[in-house]
Amino acid sequence: MSTKNWPLWEIFVRSKNGLEHRHCGSLHAADSEMALENARDVYTRRNEGVSIWVVESKHITASNPENNGELFEPAQDKVYRHPTFYDLPDEVKHM
Amino acid sequence: MSEEQIRSLERQFDEKIARDEKIEPKDWMPEKYRQTHIRQMSQHAHSEIVGMLPEGNWITRAPSLRRKVALLAKVQDEAGHGLYLYSATETLGISREEMYEQLHTGKAKYSSIFNYPTLTWADMGAIGWLVDGAAIINQVPLCNTSYGPYARAMIRVCKEESFHQRQGFEIMLKLANGTPEQKEMAQDALNRWWWPSLMMLGPTDDKSVHTEQSMKWKLKRKTNDELRQQFIDQTVPQADILGLTIPDPDLKWNEERQSYDFGEINWDEFWQVVKGHGPMNKERMKARVGAWERGEWVRDAAMAHAEKKQARKEKQAV
Repeated sequence: MSTKNWPLWEIFVRSKNGLEHRHCGSLHAADSEMALENARDVYTRRNEGVSIWVVESKHITASNPENNGELFEPAQDKVYRHPTFYDLPDEVKHM
Repeated sequence: MSEEQIRSLERQFDEKIARDEKIEPKDWMPEKYRQTHIRQMSQHAHSEIVGMLPEGNWITRAPSLRRKVALLAKVQDEAGHGLYLYSATETLGISREEMYEQLHTGKAKYSSIFNYPTLTWADMGAIGWLVDGAAIINQVPLCNTSYGPYARAMIRVCKEESFHQRQGFEIMLKLANGTPEQKEMAQDALNRWWWPSLMMLGPTDDKSVHTEQSMKWKLKRKTNDELRQQFIDQTVPQADILGLTIPDPDLKWNEERQSYDFGEINWDEFWQVVKGHGPMNKERMKARVGAWERGEWVRDAAMAHAEKKQARKEKQAV
């Protein structure tokens, strides 16, 4: 029996042209071609997609939730990045 | 492929766009569609990048912390928008390096408005209010354009930019209600930015060479003249709220058209600036190319560091 495991692949499906590919799950396959074929069977049996991307999971570098503070908190107090921060009279239209 | 086959593909392609379906990178597309999109999208990206220069110039001299963080956030957004657009353009098969090369050698154009100088703080107000106002009028219809990656980038850009015009108008409002000198400064900025903002919406329809094809591909939903009229009709009441005067003696409400009539635009000036003879063309390119060259050692160092880390990892694995 083989001791070599098939690698894991992340699957992204575009539901229709104009929309972005969205991550829908993962599966195991021996290579990218098999991953595409399997993704077609696993994730698009009911017309869920018009295009598939497969990326081997090991090629995805994910942020560590432990670092969420330093990564995302700095944006919290930057209210001036939002339109509501600016005081305009109500009669100003189209802005 | 035979000519017959190509014609058939082109027909299907046109029908797809007419049905409001999107074109995605791996779909078949006519070569002219690809080239036109590379040209327009890269010009759009270049405009975001060069557009940082006239405003970046004022960050250190902003009159308060409130103004400084707002301007900084706006310039930061422009950098980001340039990057979204460059990436979207790369899906059409041109590399980032080629696009930079085209910008730096002057082969590619960017919006002519950035070739005017920013002389006073009020220019930050006028740019946000007028230049971003005109840009929004241009960009909102592009959220529905036919090329998927461009449309998606524009949705992000428009959403993020919604504060840009408001921060500019707030600056104008403060100055217009300030001391007589401040009000005069605001009026002077309006005087200098008004006409270039109208030109920014492009040549008149009879002189615009790409309009018809661009309408078909939904790269344009309205003509330049329609967009310009919309901009004027929206902006004149805003100037009234500021108590400032638009520098056009021929500007007059036309009851019949329910629109403003306006004076003659100096198109000679526009073409001069487009051809590289605007007040700041040389300065902008010098700043841009200089920034790129001065950053070279950083790019090289980052790459060398990445290679070193990779080599170390491989050595450990052995």
